[in-house]
Amino acid sequence: MRIRVRFTKTGPLKFIGHLDVMRYFQKAVRRADIPAALSEGFSPHMIMSFAQPLGVGKTSGGEYFDLDLKDGASFDRDDFVDRLNRQMSPGIEVLNAAEVPADKKNKGMALVAAASYMICFRKGQTDFANETDSISRLSEKIHAYLAQEQIPVLRKTKKSEEETDIRPWIFDMEACLADEKMQNGDIWNVEADPVGFRILVSARSGSNLKPELLIMNFASYAGLSVPEASLLIHRINLYGRQPKAEEDGDLVPLDEIRVVRTDSSVPSSDS
Amino acid sequence: MRKLALDDEILLSIDKPERYIGCEVNSVVKSREETEIRFAMCFPDVYEIGMSHLGIQILYDMFNRMDGVWCERVYSPWTDLDRVMRERHIPLFALESQDPVKDFDFLGITIQYEMCYTNILQILDLSGIPLHAEDRSENDPIVIGGGPCTYNPEPMAAFFDLFYIGEGETVYPALFDLYRKKKAGKIDRRGFLRRAAEIDGIYVPSLYQAAYHEDQTLASFTPVDPSVPEKVHKQIVMDLTDATYPDAPVVPYIQATQDRVVLEIMRGCIRGCRFCQAGMIYRPQREKDVKKLEEQAVRMLRSTGYDEISLSSLSSSDYSRLGELLDFLIRYCDGHGINISLPSLRIDSFSLDIMNKVQDIKKSSLTFAAEAGSQRMRDVINKGLTEEEIMDGALQAFRGGWNKVKFYFMLGLPGETEEDVLEIPHLCERVAECYYDNIPKEKRNGKIAITASSSFFVPKPFTPFQWAPMDRPEVYLDKAHSVKDEVRRQLNQKSIRYTYHDAWVSVLEGVFARGDRRIADVIETAYRHGALYDAWTETFHKEIWEEAFRSSGIDPYFYTARTRDTSELLPWDFIDCGVSRSFLEREWKNAQAGTVTPNCRERCSGCGCRQYQGGICFVPDGR
Repeated sequence: MRIRVRFTKTGPLKFIGHLDVMRYFQKAVRRADIPAALSEGFSPHMIMSFAQPLGVGKTSGGEYFDLDLKDGASFDRDDFVDRLNRQMSPGIEVLNAAEVPADKKNKGMALVAAASYMICFRKGQTDFANETDSISRLSEKIHAYLAQEQIPVLRKTKKSEEETDIRPWIFDMEACLADEKMQNGDIWNVEADPVGFRILVSARSGSNLKPELLIMNFASYAGLSVPEASLLIHRINLYGRQPKAEEDGDLVPLDEIRVVRTDSSVPSSDS
Repeated sequence: MRKLALDDEILLSIDKPERYIGCEVNSVVKSREETEIRFAMCFPDVYEIGMSHLGIQILYDMFNRMDGVWCERVYSPWTDLDRVMRERHIPLFALESQDPVKDFDFLGITIQYEMCYTNILQILDLSGIPLHAEDRSENDPIVIGGGPCTYNPEPMAAFFDLFYIGEGETVYPALFDLYRKKKAGKIDRRGFLRRAAEIDGIYVPSLYQAAYHEDQTLASFTPVDPSVPEKVHKQIVMDLTDATYPDAPVVPYIQATQDRVVLEIMRGCIRGCRFCQAGMIYRPQREKDVKKLEEQAVRMLRSTGYDEISLSSLSSSDYSRLGELLDFLIRYCDGHGINISLPSLRIDSFSLDIMNKVQDIKKSSLTFAAEAGSQRMRDVINKGLTEEEIMDGALQAFRGGWNKVKFYFMLGLPGETEEDVLEIPHLCERVAECYYDNIPKEKRNGKIAITASSSFFVPKPFTPFQWAPMDRPEVYLDKAHSVKDEVRRQLNQKSIRYTYHDAWVSVLEGVFARGDRRIADVIETAYRHGALYDAWTETFHKEIWEEAFRSSGIDPYFYTARTRDTSELLPWDFIDCGVSRSFLEREWKNAQAGTVTPNCRERCSGCGCRQYQGGICFVPDGR
């Protein structure tokens, strides 16, 4: 049985690297006495896979991993969430757990199609984010920005820098007010000005749009002065496409994807 | 919001910010208002190393169980953060509260190896605490040192208010009671130190004076007045079973060097290897009850979530109920996906059987701490390991499917001849031959892979070799080259890989190990000129140290290369570590004669540790 777990990462724990978060959860699962399935061999390990690494310094309300439970283990959502939460450090909270089919197609990582982010600015570091009035002005600029046919940016890849059109990867973008929690430091452990951006962008491997790249590009388009160190980035959630026969199913949060069981894919039978 | 001592911009610009934010699972946060005594416990090396240390976990847990005491942790900032903190005048902070160390009541520093001495100065310096104890004021923390290096604290004496000689579990309550009097204003810092000197095991360096002969040897070492005890006696825990031990050790996010539950099964060692300081200063050997260990293992695995448990002791094979303990652990761990790691095992049929159960033979290697190549030399150092035992162990292991062998040797042991040196490659060759002669081709799991490494022998206080000369680095390097050349001349050269340690780091270690108070100047000078993290190859700079010796007018070889006469007053003679001076002298003579001394289980050799009235000295062989 495969369980998909959604969790948050906020506060000082934003400095914990991706690999260390994985190791943290392996220990937490053991402390919570959750009957995780183990691989064979001399060093048995949990069968755990994480979706989309989150960069050090960013926070999130939508992180995911899949965990396989032992054959015959029972799963009670509330009990599972509660047990894990009793083992969490402040800053990491388990929000949901849901059973997903344990076939290869349905690995968390491969499913990720999009990510939503809230981007704010450290208090007093820009000249627009502290005034609520600037929202309408920014909205106009966003409108014009998105009306461009192409948005070419230089993207660093592993090998070189290449110019890419990121317009198709921007699904939505708006200027808005940040939550109280973001403004007062509960999320980033740093206070933020009230005005920020909410974006929904492609996060598919190969067409993963980094939020800082988009914001810095928009800032230079709109003539905004944004020091890179002022950016505060919070991932709101990760989404997959509701599987349909065609490519363009609806975007739904990863833990809400209902996998259509067809005859060709045999569900829940990895063992 | 959690207050962090470092702001976002700094944390995002340095390597591994997780080292500096605290918040780990099982770390302890108390309220400042309810805390009377704030103790900053420091391991003066980088976080991943410091977090791997068992002693701090024990004391951290013990202190935090005490009402009114809050113990927090401090590690050395890595060089990148060190630079930022100096530039921006950010004071060093403790992880839990992120408060400056300078505001604490105590700064406790564990001194596990000599090469961390400059890191200790960094800790004091970044904290804003005067380096010299004599310059500290009423509001500075009391700086206290502990750990194996305090068995000769003299090179670092100027920088500490107190040293704690022995195991930390014993006299802290008395020290804290006394400190409460200082806090209440009944005594001042000086008064506190005076009274602390009366507590068993506490050494207050400022209350002693050293004088030197013209030939630079120590002439006298005396208390400043008769109320100060002449001798400082090591404190130890006799009942290890009921001694305090953490139920829930702190679990780092970042991968520490020791990334597992550590179960201490006993203290001390029965073997009496003559080079080994731990084998002498932790005497007598004391075992923990097996049932207690089983409970502690389960409790710690459950509270940490680690997937590995390691047994800790100086020589696990000597734990009398090892079989019983391992049976239990194997049964428990098997169902939970937990690995067992077994360092410090002697290779024999018993340990091979166990290793077969808990390790993947294809990946694991056998380790022989042979220390010397020739039997003659192994007798000199009282290693208690015969060539026959090595060959038997290796053969059984090869038959069991192992084909990776690691050997640890020392070069520069007292009385070492060219023949002894060449026996290192010859022993490796014989082991390789044993493999090819006895394991038929079709059963071989590839070639045998022998890795031999040698370190440069450093004589340590309170060992029978405390009087022995240390080779000069050129001599050591010549010996290492002879080994290397001889390996190349042998038939199985391709199966043997030989490496050797740096020479200069060992010379320094030798100076610090047997140095006196005059060495403090060299350490401070080197630190002022940039020496830091000397235990790390990439940050060790020989030139800084050479210059520091030159400018301080101190000849390092006075401390290392000289054979000391047994009549010489040694800087650490004021410490009673349990092992008597007459025993050490006897053992030094036995070494020179190549006479083997039996281990404590075979026969008592009258080392002096019977005075503690327990442990192996009073327990019949239980195996």
